[in-house]
Amino acid sequence: MHVAMTVNGREVSGDVEPRTLLVHFIRENLRLTGTHVGCETSYCGACTIQVDGAAVKSCTMLAVQADGATIRTVEGLADGDQLHAVQEGFWERHGLQCGFCTPGMLMSAASLLEQNASPSEDEIRHAIEGNLCRCTGYHNIVRSIEYAASKLRGEEPAPPDWTMDFEGVS
Amino acid sequence: MYPRSFEYLAATSLDEALAALADNPDAKVMTGGMSLIPLMKLRLFSPSLVVDIGRVPGLDAIDDAGDHLAIGALVRHATTASSEAVQSGAAALAQAAALTGDVQVRNRGTTCGALAHADIAADQTAAALALGATMVARSSSGERTIAADDFFVDTLTSALQPDEILVEVRVPKTGAGSGSAYGKLGRRGGQSDYAVAGAAAVVTMDGGSVAAARVALTGVGTKPSLAAGVAEALVGTDGSEAAVAAAAARATEGVTVLEDLYGSEEYKAHLAQVYAGRAVTAAMAAAS
Repeated sequence: MHVAMTVNGREVSGDVEPRTLLVHFIRENLRLTGTHVGCETSYCGACTIQVDGAAVKSCTMLAVQADGATIRTVEGLADGDQLHAVQEGFWERHGLQCGFCTPGMLMSAASLLEQNASPSEDEIRHAIEGNLCRCTGYHNIVRSIEYAASKLRGEEPAPPDWTMDFEGVS
Repeated sequence: MYPRSFEYLAATSLDEALAALADNPDAKVMTGGMSLIPLMKLRLFSPSLVVDIGRVPGLDAIDDAGDHLAIGALVRHATTASSEAVQSGAAALAQAAALTGDVQVRNRGTTCGALAHADIAADQTAAALALGATMVARSSSGERTIAADDFFVDTLTSALQPDEILVEVRVPKTGAGSGSAYGKLGRRGGQSDYAVAGAAAVVTMDGGSVAAARVALTGVGTKPSLAAGVAEALVGTDGSEAAVAAAAARATEGVTVLEDLYGSEEYKAHLAQVYAGRAVTAAMAAAS
């Protein structure tokens, strides 16, 4: 079947079997391999992208369902060399370890901040409920998203919380 | 992980979709695909034809029809959860929708889809049952309504026939003096993921006493079940803490509780009591 969609501002099209998952169309047809295939059972969220502005799991969507849709993948976050605030946040606050979950985390984080400019820690944690980090790096991921929220609000982000007080340690 | 090959129809009208279902007994309807696609990828289910009704116009609205809310087949969980009409008229359903899956799932999956899928541990099934919803099923030969009490048949089995589409769920609005609530223990702790056990309650207060109550459980057996014993014990009381505790103790009376990967029969029965009590308490608070 023929599908056409807009991906990161670019008109793309291709011929796919109905069973082709959107994530495979993105990775294999479009060669946009930033979007990851993780659990393949819609749990891990590594394949999270935006379809018509909403965060969805591209491993649980058929490419044919996305015909006519407007899609944004992790490659669509940065503006040239200028990192998106969530990418800068993950860089500055060590929001990634192995990096496998990162594309999905970034897309979920960006989606959250588009809807809620000042999320609480609780709201951030619920917003990434559909994204698993098997390095269990959630603490710094939350701090990274808080950093990005501050930047997007035009505020100075809070200093990193790993500054240790070594006073009294011999 | 690909599904087996299948034919795909992007229906542009309900009639086109219904005709395809009538012609293909092996076909399956899809809206968001949040339940169907994982099953197909695991090859637990391999329909020859997928009829995608995701583009059919006119099915994506929540209409306030006076005494009830009419929720169309394409209304997504996120929309049900954030709808002011649902939050005020059928709070248990809005709360259950807000606790369904995760953000990404709620952005794709639909309330009607979750009801039709009838997962044993789904959230909105219990809310629809407690609220006394009515399912509107349409086929190429006509339309019929099915009461929630008769809709949930067994594990992943509803009263829908293979050629029928759940085009709308009608949810009675809780009126003056009435309130509803839903809560659960999620499989990942807190309220995350499918319910290990959960309960929805609708309570009507009249002059300081409980005039009517309906409580439904999810996650404890093969289908959402009415906890008739809780309602029976609660009606006529003043809804005090002691009265709620006594009523909640009867949560699994007449309900088949089954052990699964997430809990023993005893644990699930205990959780049913805890969450029935909490849902009743929250529903009473919302009623006043």
